[in-house]
Amino acid sequence: MLEVKDLCVNYGAVQALNGISLTVNDGEIVSLIGANGAGKTTTLRTITGLEKAASGSIVFDGHDLTKTTPSKIITLKLAHVPEGRHIFPQMTVAENLEMGAYADKTGMAKTMEDVYARFPRLSERRRQLAGTLSGGEQQMLAVGRALMAKPKMILMDEPSMGLSPLLVQEIFDIIQEVNKAGITVLLVEQNAKMALSISNRAYVLETGTISIEGDAASLLDDPRVKKAYLGQ
Amino acid sequence: MSKKIRVSYLLNAVGVALVFVVLSILFSAGVFGTSTTYIQGICTTACYTIIMVASLNLVVGFMGEFSLGHAGFVSVGAYASAIVSGLLTGKGLPDLGLFLVALLAGGLAAGLMGVLVGIPALRLRGDYLAIVTMAFAEIIRVCFCNFSITGGGKTMSGILKLSTFPRAFWVMVVCVSIMFLFVRSKFGRTIRAIREDYIAASASGINVTFYKVMTFAVSAFFAGIGGSIYAHYMTAMIPTNFNFAYSAELLSEVIIGGTGSLTGSVIGAAFLSVLPEAMRDFATYRMLAYSVVLVLVMLFRPGGIFGHWEFSLTRLLGKLFKRDTVKEGA
Repeated sequence: MLEVKDLCVNYGAVQALNGISLTVNDGEIVSLIGANGAGKTTTLRTITGLEKAASGSIVFDGHDLTKTTPSKIITLKLAHVPEGRHIFPQMTVAENLEMGAYADKTGMAKTMEDVYARFPRLSERRRQLAGTLSGGEQQMLAVGRALMAKPKMILMDEPSMGLSPLLVQEIFDIIQEVNKAGITVLLVEQNAKMALSISNRAYVLETGTISIEGDAASLLDDPRVKKAYLGQ
Repeated sequence: MSKKIRVSYLLNAVGVALVFVVLSILFSAGVFGTSTTYIQGICTTACYTIIMVASLNLVVGFMGEFSLGHAGFVSVGAYASAIVSGLLTGKGLPDLGLFLVALLAGGLAAGLMGVLVGIPALRLRGDYLAIVTMAFAEIIRVCFCNFSITGGGKTMSGILKLSTFPRAFWVMVVCVSIMFLFVRSKFGRTIRAIREDYIAASASGINVTFYKVMTFAVSAFFAGIGGSIYAHYMTAMIPTNFNFAYSAELLSEVIIGGTGSLTGSVIGAAFLSVLPEAMRDFATYRMLAYSVVLVLVMLFRPGGIFGHWEFSLTRLLGKLFKRDTVKEGA
């Protein structure tokens, strides 16, 4: 579904991504783990067109994403939940969700009911300003807004950031549910253990290159991953 | 359109007409005696200031970007309209027609300038954008100081006095109504989304740069119309009228009135146009009072006097005569 090949990205003279390749197949959860500054967020930002690729290709569903502007990406049914809970604080929960359907409003009411059914807590707070929600609720709203676009695939950037352990568990449960509903997920996470436990496959990113890749289960047992990312 | 909205529009139209009739009667009855013309002039000034301030509020309040160069767009409108009305004089157009054509020309020229400046500048945000807009206004001023068609650094005079109070009033009403509808439209909500979080807006599929440039252009268009009324009221102007201090004055009126409230812009601009005249006797302390007001507002109401609040005649009447409006709305 998503195929990244030999992707290089530079920030000025600094090379952020040094020829990475990764594949996400239909229906999978794939995680991209790695330390701070390894290039995880850069990878996602380049996929969604927020950064320019110096070389390499990104193909989603037959479309070349290196030639697509950020605002067009969503029309290809590729949704993006940006890092750090970007919601519209001065708009109500319902308005936030409506903005999610900005690119494609067909059947919006139905999709919104589905989202409310998935997130009962958002349903209780429809009329509330999004800025007054708790951190976990804001993250749910960000995911809900992405679902409003009826995506085939969702890119999630650090969904567990700044959440309590209980909420982290909840968010990861939600990701699994979303995936079961037929949506492919590419997950970028620092919480390697949680990410690997719900993923089919994973890639480990180290200073701009992919150092390890494979089944999530085998990565959980890999001594290198254990030592560097799982603290074992 | 639902009946409720139609009733609401009708009420507002009646309200605006009432204000106009009251002012007109006051003027024609000579209540102000010898100072009638003077007070009419102040009201005209208030009208074009309202348009300029409300248009700046579109960028500052609704889009959330600072513009320190609004006077630049005002001056483009003012000069363009003055040139057009000068060229068309004696071509058989009635005064009102000439006035409207000049307004449109001023607005379009400024709007076009808004697009031209907006395309490169609006990729920037915050302080960087503020500095670029300021530089733009300075460039415009220096250009107008050197073009022969604008009278160079000397005064451009002999502009027809086409801006009467009734005309300025109704142009103001139309402009503010359009801006209000603009803010309330789907377009307006998209702009708000960009202000709140441009990354989330972009992830939702909003073409951030396009909407920003469009808003900037609409804001510049109305600034140009304000400038056109100004030119045809003053009948003479020099480019230095539109310096940085003028931009800053417009910006402070937006902030005092309330960023994100058109009501605030209308009342703020009207109040601050009248205030200097009312305080002529204390001319020395005028700027001091102005600064004190600004500091007090920032300390106690950082969002401006009206914040995001909008005045609604329908709501007010609904509160006053509960039974009547329920019947009308039903």
